[in-house]
Amino acid sequence: MSGFHWDWGFAWSIVPELLEGVVVTVIATVLGSLLAFALGLVWTFVRIAQLRVITPAVWFLVQFIRGTPLLIQLYFLFYVLPTWGITVSGLATGIIALGLFFSAYTAEIYRAGIEDLPAGQWEAALTLGLPVHRVWLGIILPQAIRAVLPVLGNVVISMFKQTALLSTITVLELLAHGMSIGQMTYRFVEPLTLVGAIYFAVSYLSARAIRSLETKDEIRA
Amino acid sequence: MQPPKTLLDFIPFFLGGIPVTLEITFVAMAVAIPVAVVLALGRMSRHAVLRWPAGFVIEFFRGSSALVQLFWAFYVLPLFGITLPPLLCGVLVLGLNEGSYMSEVVRAGLEAVPKGQREAGVALGLPARYRLFRIILPQALPLMVPPFGNELITMLKFTALVSLVTIQDLSFRASLIGSTLGESGPIFGLTIVVYFVLALILGGGMRLLERWVARRAGRQLAQAAGAGPLARAPSSIPAWAVGAGG
Repeated sequence: MSGFHWDWGFAWSIVPELLEGVVVTVIATVLGSLLAFALGLVWTFVRIAQLRVITPAVWFLVQFIRGTPLLIQLYFLFYVLPTWGITVSGLATGIIALGLFFSAYTAEIYRAGIEDLPAGQWEAALTLGLPVHRVWLGIILPQAIRAVLPVLGNVVISMFKQTALLSTITVLELLAHGMSIGQMTYRFVEPLTLVGAIYFAVSYLSARAIRSLETKDEIRA
Repeated sequence: MQPPKTLLDFIPFFLGGIPVTLEITFVAMAVAIPVAVVLALGRMSRHAVLRWPAGFVIEFFRGSSALVQLFWAFYVLPLFGITLPPLLCGVLVLGLNEGSYMSEVVRAGLEAVPKGQREAGVALGLPARYRLFRIILPQALPLMVPPFGNELITMLKFTALVSLVTIQDLSFRASLIGSTLGESGPIFGLTIVVYFVLALILGGGMRLLERWVARRAGRQLAQAAGAGPLARAPSSIPAWAVGAGG
């Protein structure tokens, strides 16, 4: 037993540095989520449109992204993007990878939301003689997206936790800060425990918030 | 003088990671399933003494990043005098983490067994242990096989994390080869493809298992199969909404 003790003074002293990491983690989560929401919608429309060649190709890509580890996708983009002439920061690479990976999930979620709408919505729209784009933008999507908001919220929470992987491609997010403090001070207990606690606090509270939104929504409906 | 090494020279070493990755996948899954069953039963228990700790474990593992848990087990636990070999460390973290997620699947499966089954067991005066192992679980487990198939593939993807705690799986070997060659793009591209092929194979295997279980379990599963992933619901989106100009 190597004389372990928890040093509160040390723990407090590293909080500011960890919070710097939290900022990067939050940026990655927010931008990654926006990308995932947008790309997922694109995949959904490509699927619904049933285009020749494009739809099967896109759908294969989506399944491919879903079926392989995010960590390797991160590495791949990190090393391959520069050889394609795209030189972006580790953080940008991470956001692209997160957005792509989770777009494979949001695509399924949107599709479920759209297909779960009652047939009466379509019939009413047809009866009213609305143009097709008005039907989609004014009737179908607002309802479908509203219905799947809690599920999309859970995607954001999963992404928040997965941003820890970005530490492997030089992004100084929360975990990377914790590890670098550990390597500099040879004290891993406080930084890594605090990192875990911060992840837990944020994702637990967000999950609770989403759950309460969900129930409120049901009551209102 | 030897010619410079190319990616091809490292392929055998790289493919040697496949058994390691599969081994971790299956062993971690073997940890996850009992963990999920215990947590689900704890969560459904009438006694708060069981419900609370089960809920705590589930929230704990689901609440924070799996990578952070892995690093914590790898770097911090030894300071408490608990030094686990990396492989055990990886398998335990993956198993407990995935088990916490799977406890939801198990709970849904247990709740799908008709209430009358338990009541009949109670009426017959069967002890609780007998009711669980001989009546409830044998009916619930076949229902869980299809979702477990998805979880197995999740686990396969999950195992890439253990490369970060020195285990020589596919991902670890890919990183090593990349840094030896000074060019990482091609090997990681290949790695993604290998993971995808493994996922397809595992998925196919699970579908065979599903069919075998369905045949053995017979009647109960025949009903559930109608709602399974194989039954594709017809799209509710009308054709006119899909046409050009949309």
